[in-house]
Amino acid sequence: MFVVKKLAQLVAVLIVVSFFSFTLLTLLPGDAVTVRCGVGCTQEQADELRTELGLDQPIPVQYAKWLKAVVVDRDLQASTVDQQPVAEALRQRLPVTLELVVYAQLIALLVGIPAALLSARKPGGAFDRIATLFAALFISIPNYVFAFVLILLFAVTWQIFPAANYTNLEWLMPDVGAQLSNLWENLRSLFLPALCLALAEMAVYSRVLRNDLISTLQEDYVMMARAKGLSPSYILRRHALRPSTFSLITLAGINMGRLIGGTIIIEAIFNINGVGSYVAQAIIKRDGPPLQGAVLVIATGYVLINFAVDLLYAVLDPRIRHARATS
Amino acid sequence: MPEQHPDFDPETLDGGSGLVGVSSLAVEGGLLAGEEADIELRRLADEDDLGAADEVAKKKLGVVFWIAAGWVILLALLALLAPVLPGLADPVEQPRGTDALLEKSLPPLSTRVDGDLAVLGTDNLGRDQLSRVIYGARVSLAVGFGSVFLGTLIGGTIGLMAGYFRGRLDTGFMAAMDILLAFPALLLALSIVAIRGKGLVNALIALTVVAIPTIARLTRANTLVFSQREFVVAARTLGASHTRVITKEILPNTFLALLPFIPLGIAVAIAAEGALAYLGQSVELPDPSWGAMISEGRPQLDEGNWWVPMVPIAFLVVTLISLNLVGDRLREYFGIKEGSL
Repeated sequence: MFVVKKLAQLVAVLIVVSFFSFTLLTLLPGDAVTVRCGVGCTQEQADELRTELGLDQPIPVQYAKWLKAVVVDRDLQASTVDQQPVAEALRQRLPVTLELVVYAQLIALLVGIPAALLSARKPGGAFDRIATLFAALFISIPNYVFAFVLILLFAVTWQIFPAANYTNLEWLMPDVGAQLSNLWENLRSLFLPALCLALAEMAVYSRVLRNDLISTLQEDYVMMARAKGLSPSYILRRHALRPSTFSLITLAGINMGRLIGGTIIIEAIFNINGVGSYVAQAIIKRDGPPLQGAVLVIATGYVLINFAVDLLYAVLDPRIRHARATS
Repeated sequence: MPEQHPDFDPETLDGGSGLVGVSSLAVEGGLLAGEEADIELRRLADEDDLGAADEVAKKKLGVVFWIAAGWVILLALLALLAPVLPGLADPVEQPRGTDALLEKSLPPLSTRVDGDLAVLGTDNLGRDQLSRVIYGARVSLAVGFGSVFLGTLIGGTIGLMAGYFRGRLDTGFMAAMDILLAFPALLLALSIVAIRGKGLVNALIALTVVAIPTIARLTRANTLVFSQREFVVAARTLGASHTRVITKEILPNTFLALLPFIPLGIAVAIAAEGALAYLGQSVELPDPSWGAMISEGRPQLDEGNWWVPMVPIAFLVVTLISLNLVGDRLREYFGIKEGSL
């Protein structure tokens, strides 16, 4: 029942999201007919083109046709600026953005979880206080500010990481050595942008996990473990960590979408040819089809991730399955 | 309709339902997103440090609050009075002729050719940075305060209606909010600006639309809680009309609960306006805005003139931190903990 209800909701939201993406193109200034017909276009020519493009049909028919083209033929039209098919551009750019987002997510978790464990060991202690301060900073300052500070420090002053010219990840290199060095260069060149995206997430993860850990540590079974004489750090890692990760898992899933949104500006700053900079370019050039395609892909991905997280959450915590199903 | 609303959950401020319900913890969009995550974070951070000592201390706003609020007020005054401030240079005036080369990207506290002091230096076109940053504050503050004001007006009304009347109205409104939240916030804002064109007003509209769902959900959750409280039931029993109950009983309480989140919302909106401006989608150049100044300063980083982008960044960061501190202190002052609502 729960899954069926969720699936129905998913389909409804996907339809609305796709419809919004569809209307985006018609809402954008610069009507397709005027653009294609060019200067000195007569009324007859314009009408002919309108019929040819199917723009004289009712909106639901147009939407259905568009949706069919997208779903069946994977056709997202082409850029009006350089005529590159949008689907092709997205295929090329999506891997870079996904790598960046996963990279950021890993950094955030790799720093956030240990920080939470250290904070929870002694709430209100020196480490916890410093971590709280940094978390507040990381949350209230936008990622593009971090980008500038990190570029100034690590790329300009110390020249440890590059600020632009990222190395693309290549597979099937001739030998292992070359593959490894490509991977290394790739990770090095994406480190700063990934870190910019990761800082806010890191702060959220560490704080949320810290608080969940602290409340788990109040449980009776933890007292039992303590009474048995187990060391505090062992209890923290082996007894408290796993039951405290519910919120963390949910957040990590949801934040994938949030991170993809963040790539719009971060990719523009670091000159990365991903989906984010594609959106930025499309908006600056008022290029309709790329914007429409990217919005569709990003929003759909975001909705699907949220759906997956909802399900995962219900699997992990039977109370949710129960509560939602009975209500 | 079950006895208790399915989403009714006094433990959290988020009454989220449906597909994107869980996402209340962290709404998309990176920088725009901070708000709800922020709020949740502060709630969590607060739970354990409001001890007995704080119970007494929290009745004072404290010196930090006044410093932070003072900065915002000072900035607002400077921004308002910018056209009449004595000695403030024209923000778009560029030096001409030979001066142009000599006055490019001057560091702070440099002297111009004509002997004027450029307190915060000049940008790559020789324009006065202090003047630009103050005029830029007009944009940031107008969009920040404006979008939160309008967002509170619209989102607050939606939240009040949905939370008070429940039923179909609630389902419909919240479904609409969920759909708005189905798009990463920055993407939504950019799409709106793409449709409507650049400019201050359109940036304001875009950020208002982005602010509405969050505010509506916060208000709705508060309204759900308050509309079950005794004083509301009492008012209804005494025959008060719905309008009266909403405006006289529920509105003051929900607004008080919402108040501390307003500075946070303004901070998020200012950061978001910066992102729009960075991508060239806020006010038209050459009019200054912080985001545009940061964006124009990007090449200066590589050329070693780091102060050019860092001046607007410093103003932005100090302002955002101040707004966050103000919100934080207000919340402690009013003793608002989501659990206690």
